[in-house]
Amino acid sequence: MQRMRTGLAALLLAGCGAGSGTAAAQVRVVTLGGSVTEIVYALGQGDRLVGDDLSSLYPEAATQLPRVGYYRAVPVEGVLALKPDLVLASEQAGPPDAIRRLGEVGVRVRTVSDQPTVQSLHRRITEIAQALGAADAGQRLAASVDQELRAVQALPASGASALLIMNRTGTPLGAGADTAAALVLRLAGLRNVLDSQQGYKPLSAEAIGALAPQVVVVTQASVAASGGLDKLRALPGLAGTPAAANDCFVVMDDLLALGTGPRLPQAVRQLKETACVAGARRTSAQAATH
Amino acid sequence: MSLARAGHRPRPPRIDAALAALALAVVAAALLAAASGAVRIPLGDVLRLLWPGAAQADDTLWRNVLVDIRLPRVLLALVAGAALAICGAALQALFRNPLAEPGLVGITAGGSLGAVCAIVLTQGGFAMVAPAAFAGSLLATACAYLLGRRAPGMAGLLLAGIAINTVAGSLIGLLTYLASDTQLRDLTFWSMGSLAGANWRLLAFLGPWTLLWSLWLLRQWRLMNALLLGEREAQHLGFALASVRRRLVVATALIVGPLVAATGGIAFVGLVVPHLVRMTLGADHRRLLPASLLAGALALVLADWLARVAVVPAELPIGLVTSLVGGPFFLWLLARGRRF
Repeated sequence: MQRMRTGLAALLLAGCGAGSGTAAAQVRVVTLGGSVTEIVYALGQGDRLVGDDLSSLYPEAATQLPRVGYYRAVPVEGVLALKPDLVLASEQAGPPDAIRRLGEVGVRVRTVSDQPTVQSLHRRITEIAQALGAADAGQRLAASVDQELRAVQALPASGASALLIMNRTGTPLGAGADTAAALVLRLAGLRNVLDSQQGYKPLSAEAIGALAPQVVVVTQASVAASGGLDKLRALPGLAGTPAAANDCFVVMDDLLALGTGPRLPQAVRQLKETACVAGARRTSAQAATH
Repeated sequence: MSLARAGHRPRPPRIDAALAALALAVVAAALLAAASGAVRIPLGDVLRLLWPGAAQADDTLWRNVLVDIRLPRVLLALVAGAALAICGAALQALFRNPLAEPGLVGITAGGSLGAVCAIVLTQGGFAMVAPAAFAGSLLATACAYLLGRRAPGMAGLLLAGIAINTVAGSLIGLLTYLASDTQLRDLTFWSMGSLAGANWRLLAFLGPWTLLWSLWLLRQWRLMNALLLGEREAQHLGFALASVRRRLVVATALIVGPLVAATGGIAFVGLVVPHLVRMTLGADHRRLLPASLLAGALALVLADWLARVAVVPAELPIGLVTSLVGGPFFLWLLARGRRF
């Protein structure tokens, strides 16, 4: 009872003094969405978090917080139990009814942009920083992301053909257009062989063979689910690709590849600086001259 | 409010100790469910908060949680559990088959197909899901009934129901293949069921609607008892089986259809609860039907309570809880080799 009253007092306080430095210091924040959580940490505001969701995998500290489940199936009461003053929700968080109810019960809910584009990342950083009363830190973070992106884009691009694969259930899923993965591939100067498809699509062995990617990007969780990189590489279809012939498999952290977070430049850099990716153009150029 | 609904006893033939005990258990479970959850509210405060005018200004959060979020949910669990179980009992009697449950005549699969269509094919979002699920469940049941009528006896309806289930399942598979990543996740959560969508507006319709049809079902106990003897025997006893069959199937579709639309797929309550009641109270439908109603409400309230408190602050899908508990229990029933 006492705790509930103080929680309520803090809530009123936060409502009155939103944006002012002193009140913000006591704000209890729950984040819904992996890259939202990541941005809160990147802004140096991680100590305000009292809970997040199952998609919040980075940084390590985020995985130690109480989890309210998956951000597409948010339990209203579970979030309320953490007594948040502010809920930072990705626009993909849901169900919509639950997000609306959180607001109705009196919690400040801030929904932030969450699309797989650089503009959306920008907007997300700004919106989160404003909601936390850390606009300056937000500007600095956005500027540094921009600067790093320009730096990695200046690196030579190979233009090789690439395919991003997730394999968690035994049927490999390929990343088509309008996905976070497609954005990373494009920024890295690679050609997504699955550009004609929307979203993540299951791929047959034959289809992978026909797409013949020179580079295969896989997420860490997929490698683990497949029982190691060797087993994944030996999957029918994958084994016959140019990527397998050149041993050009790039393993990336899941949230790095799929989250469109503040580490986007890092993801692009990792791809560009992998030797076989950088060298892939030469082989394709050689193939063209023959 | 919750007491009035939970304690409702649909006029038993005589005051029956077992039924009274069940009703009491339902009330106790409803109170327990209302008093616990992710946000801790002491039992004494629950009663105080429900007393009109007693709430103080600083009770706002508790009151909101209790009145707007938790109570509708507990009541929906009562209604849904009661409806699924009594429909299961009625269909088991009608089909003279221990495996019968509302899903058998295509209600659940049709509802799922409707919901999946709404999620994948329309841009209407969540608003379209419930109406589409309702339409789907009625349509699938109608198909099963009309096609099954051509064969003699209940076997036709049974087989048509199985076929409709298969067709709906494969169409769902096809739509799943077409779905985008986001739609896919919505779809998964829908199919595992949830009572989180409960609100007073929904209950204002579902409560009276379910009650009305359940009362009608309760009055059919004579027919169901006659069917225990066999179809021909029931006919000789003066029941017009063809029309009775139609009315029972229509009634269950009308009860379970809107329910599936509101909650998604909740497995095993309709199947297991009537069996449990039959094993303890016997097969006389005069007691079996009201006892199933109460036991179903009890089972689902407890399942939803478990779903809410097991992994605080997260939540389990309720369909997962019912099939996790219901599945092994059913296997145990089979392993005991008991005749039904």
